Amino acid sequence: MLEVSGITRIFGGVMALDDVSFTIGQDTITGVIGPNGAGKTTLFNIITGIYSRTSGSVRLEGRDISGLPPERLARLGMVRTFQNIELFGAMSVLENVMVGLHTKSSSGLLACSLKMPWSTAEERRIWETAMQWLQFTGITELANDTAGNLSFGKGRLLEIARALAVEPRIILMDEPAAGLNSQETLALAHLIQKIRGMGITVVLVEHDMELVMDVCDRIVVLNLGKKLAEGTPREIQENSDVIAAYLGES
Amino acid sequence: MKRDVFKFFLFAVLILAAPLAFKGGYLMNVLVFVGINTMLAVALNLLLGYAGQISLGHAGFFGIGAYLSGILTATYGWNPWLAMPLAALAVGILAGLIGFPILKLKGHYLAMATLGLGIIIYIVFNETVDLTGGPSGFSGIPNLTVGSFVFNSDVRNYYLAWTFALGVVLFAVNLANSRVGRALRAVHDSEVAARVMGVNARLLKVQVFALSAVISSLAGSLYAHTMTFVSPASFGFNFSVELLTMVVIGGLGSVYGSFLGAALLTLLPELLRGAQDYDIIVYGGLLMIMVMFMPGGLVRGIPDFFRRMARMREGAGNA
Repeated sequence: MLEVSGITRIFGGVMALDDVSFTIGQDTITGVIGPNGAGKTTLFNIITGIYSRTSGSVRLEGRDISGLPPERLARLGMVRTFQNIELFGAMSVLENVMVGLHTKSSSGLLACSLKMPWSTAEERRIWETAMQWLQFTGITELANDTAGNLSFGKGRLLEIARALAVEPRIILMDEPAAGLNSQETLALAHLIQKIRGMGITVVLVEHDMELVMDVCDRIVVLNLGKKLAEGTPREIQENSDVIAAYLGES
Repeated sequence: MKRDVFKFFLFAVLILAAPLAFKGGYLMNVLVFVGINTMLAVALNLLLGYAGQISLGHAGFFGIGAYLSGILTATYGWNPWLAMPLAALAVGILAGLIGFPILKLKGHYLAMATLGLGIIIYIVFNETVDLTGGPSGFSGIPNLTVGSFVFNSDVRNYYLAWTFALGVVLFAVNLANSRVGRALRAVHDSEVAARVMGVNARLLKVQVFALSAVISSLAGSLYAHTMTFVSPASFGFNFSVELLTMVVIGGLGSVYGSFLGAALLTLLPELLRGAQDYDIIVYGGLLMIMVMFMPGGLVRGIPDFFRRMARMREGAGNA
């Protein structure tokens, strides 16, 4: 599904990522973990086209996507969420999800401004589909609220609803449990499994070990920009290198 | 949806009925400019209020439309109805070409780049004397006509300008609540998230910049044909700032707000006639007060004010 090979990124003189390679299988949930500063978010930003890489390549379903901008990746079926929640704060919750349907619609600037019949019909379809995604994530009652006023937990759900609206093949979530209470985290675990059940591959960067061990099929461990280990949650828990890195004896 | 249609209908009726209340007179002439300035403010608002991209050079696009219409009709004898769309097309292409490199810039840098653009255009108007008449202006521009009907009185020009202005208002209202309008606002709020959703932010910004320039050019053509005389002074940096003030005072991201801003800033000089050169102090003061106390502009500030008053009265009644 997703093949990361030899990704290296140098910031100034600092090697943020050093020859990181791994493969993610179809319909799996993969966790990327590691101590602070391990390069997890940098890796995400490179895969999703937000940062450029120094060397290495990324393949999505066999197709080389290295260096493609995020708007192209969305059309190829890759979407992500952000650690600090990037909502369209001044827009309503429903409108946020409607933006997620951008690639699923095509009316241009003139058709929209002149309210051509096909763009009006498309608009209705966008509205209906967006409502379905709100229902899926359980935030229908917030549809008309301003996104910027949502609580952190609800904002997370909205961000996921908006990402799902793109109908991705793979979704990358950057610390989806950060800032959530234990109940919300539990609900998030269910949601992630439900998303995988729909045939969407999930990759998460996460600090909440309980969540990672619970939902992930495979785990990739990064430390100081290098891949330290890779395996099932059980293997990772028993890996002495990983334990050493987390306890700080290196 | 239905409310939008009703709002526009009410607005259109009020605008079309306004001349009955004023019965000609000098004010009619000013109201023609309210129409033209509404077009300009709405155009700039699409760029600034919706897409979140500043331009301090919009007076330049307005000026190019005016000069192209003026020169093509007066010097070369073209039909004004042909010159107007051609001028708009030329300005649209120019804005698209310039927009591609400069819309890469953000914030202050974009402000500086568009400021430079506006100044260059202003200098061209002044220096190409053979073509534009230079600083002393360009006169003899014909009025628009339909058959034997000539748009040569204030009331006629009022309906002419407002037919265009109402069209632009409707166009912008439709755009704002559409797929493309949402993408614009998304780019404004979080460009990176919009791109992750598949919005080609770069292309969209260039498109709206060009659209905004095209509307400004149409306003310029109307200005040239109603005034029959244009000079560079109307298209300088001061006017770009005045347009910006209209948009901010009216309310960023509100089409009707742009009308309010345009109306206020066009009528104000007439009311401040006695103040003469001090009117610039009033503008500046107004802008400061607005940004401090009504950052959402008049469209949001006035309803807020009345709501607060009502709540206070309620509070007093209960006591």
